[in-house]
Amino acid sequence: MDNMRAPVEMEMSKLPNLTVGDVYVDTPRMTTRNVNVFYGDKMAIDDVTLDIAEKQVISFIGPSGCGKSTFLRCLNRMNDTIDSCRVEGQIKLDDQNIYDPHIDVVPLRASVGMVFQKPNPFPKSIFDNVAYGPRIHGLASSKDELDGIVEASLRRAGLWEEVADRLDQSGTGLSGGQQQRLCIARAIAVSPEVILMDEPCSALDPIATARIEELIFELREEFTIVIVTHSMQQAARVSNRTAYFHLGRLIEVGETSTIFTNPQHELTNSYITGRFG
Amino acid sequence: MNEPRKGIIPPQVAISRVNASLAARRAGERRFRTYGRIAIGIALAFLVLLFVSIFTKGIPGFFQYYVTLEVVVDREKIDPAGDLSVQSLYDGDARGIIRNALYKATGAEGRSGRKAAGKLISKGAEQRLREAIIKDPSLLGKTVAMKFALDDDADSFLRGYISSAVPEKDRRINDKQIEFINKLQKLQLISYDFSDYLIFGSASRDPEIAGIKGAFVGSMLTLAVCLVLAFPMGVATAVYLEEFAPKNRITEIIEVNINNLAAVPSVVFGILGLAVFIGIFGMPRSIPLIGGVVLALMTLPTIIISSRAAIRAVPPSIRDAALGVGASRLQTVTHHVLPLAMPGMLTGTIIGMAQALGETAPLLMIGMVAFIVDIPGGVTDPGTVLPVQIFMWADFAERMFIHKTSAAIIVLLGFLILMNAIAIFIRNRLERRW
Repeated sequence: MDNMRAPVEMEMSKLPNLTVGDVYVDTPRMTTRNVNVFYGDKMAIDDVTLDIAEKQVISFIGPSGCGKSTFLRCLNRMNDTIDSCRVEGQIKLDDQNIYDPHIDVVPLRASVGMVFQKPNPFPKSIFDNVAYGPRIHGLASSKDELDGIVEASLRRAGLWEEVADRLDQSGTGLSGGQQQRLCIARAIAVSPEVILMDEPCSALDPIATARIEELIFELREEFTIVIVTHSMQQAARVSNRTAYFHLGRLIEVGETSTIFTNPQHELTNSYITGRFG
Repeated sequence: MNEPRKGIIPPQVAISRVNASLAARRAGERRFRTYGRIAIGIALAFLVLLFVSIFTKGIPGFFQYYVTLEVVVDREKIDPAGDLSVQSLYDGDARGIIRNALYKATGAEGRSGRKAAGKLISKGAEQRLREAIIKDPSLLGKTVAMKFALDDDADSFLRGYISSAVPEKDRRINDKQIEFINKLQKLQLISYDFSDYLIFGSASRDPEIAGIKGAFVGSMLTLAVCLVLAFPMGVATAVYLEEFAPKNRITEIIEVNINNLAAVPSVVFGILGLAVFIGIFGMPRSIPLIGGVVLALMTLPTIIISSRAAIRAVPPSIRDAALGVGASRLQTVTHHVLPLAMPGMLTGTIIGMAQALGETAPLLMIGMVAFIVDIPGGVTDPGTVLPVQIFMWADFAERMFIHKTSAAIIVLLGFLILMNAIAIFIRNRLERRW
């Protein structure tokens, strides 16, 4: 493996920074232009330009440390919590530059929700987990309305049948897969436009994973979804478009079917055929 | 047979060498366990010694000798003005009434006999009689049996600390007094009872009526001031440093200094309080307010350090989750981080408070060692605190103070245990909620 990787990395420095494939789409929900991300002096993302199409699933794939999670966390400014992190370039949500100094991250994160790698329900009841977002944003004007939001969100996350009779029990008492669906319900309860998912299935068993994948498939009717995944099968199953990252650069992006059957770039080809990563 | 190669040890050789080294390793482990047991044994032995010593001296401190006298409550004598006012009662001759009862019981006659008998009873007796009359004016004009504390010398004699074999001029109690005591005992008028003076009495030079109430109230007021200042300030500082402060040089310097403050000798805080609050601001000495502020300064580092540890122990995924649905940083802290960190913060606070409760040195500096008889009614009334009271009692010569000192220590320890128990209870309750 190692002797395979060395020549590839040497090759990188000589590579012209050009993304292969179609980075632009007709109906973008989010657009990123020439985005660089630094951790201190270290460059983590190098000049990424990409459109995220409305009501589609786009998956980010690539070897560990390629920057796909970093890039994902830029899309709702979750990187703000890291002091040394600096973002350059332009990221827009519906023509609004989200890194504008006047932008408040609260409404941004309400419209760009996030599901994390490890299921992280609050140590509160199932109901309170889902109701938290609507409560802090004042989405529901009455108890009935809040109940309605919680039920609808749990239904859309495919969890309602399993938890309807124990909404007052702790969210941390659910199984891993259920917890992750609870987190998805929590994210969609505030009616976001975009949902970011950072390897949502990496801590789950295959059955729970299949359940989440089905759910993603259903949710793309209503939401724009960006998913980071290590599983190429998963990317192939759930996404419309796929973006391949390598060492902080966006190497190739295109229709999922094209990427997996006919990759244009040599690095993409090596990765999806399992030669490294 | 393979040629032995350099750097490769055949498995049989390896296992024999492992076996050879086993004995030494096992012996080492055994030795270490023995050291540990010895260390724990020594610690336990000293603890037992401490408790045995405190309890054997302290339990008698909760009791003292009383004498029951038939008091003729003469209305004219005790209440000359006839209006039952405090002034009138103080003008009256409560002492004379008690003495008469005492002379009758002991049969004391003559100047020297009456003088000797009079010394047997505590100076607190008159006050007790006045209080009884204020509480129940129907006693006036009647003959009632009342219990009065014996003077500490008589008490010490009854406890066996003063031997009648010692020549009369060398002991604090003379032959006549011994005779009277024996007579009272024969009449079964002397009783060994629970000492209400210890609990409800205030500071006094007379050990038989000295009590911890004033110091206890002073301790409570001081701790209340300390808690009200230190807890919110400590928690707010910890939250700010952990969740909001930029990680730069200034923050680092502040952190290092807070950690260093925790190691500053407490007497230094006392000098600070003396210089700043009394010296510059000109506030009065000996008041629980300043004591509380000084102790708050002293406990702040403890609270900050433990609160920060508690905040750091909250998994970052919870913060991500809250931020991810659009909670602001403050909402993330108040809704999720603080409730989860609260049990740890409370533990730190209780440890800090326990430290403050037992602190003496800084309070000596701000004058809380003064001899104050009145029970403080507020944080600006002069007062003292339990450990300082213990310190003062330990300094007094009277034999009875030895017991009082240990009894006060038992009260202090009991209170510390109570505080810890409450802390554990609160912590468990909070933890169950989540």
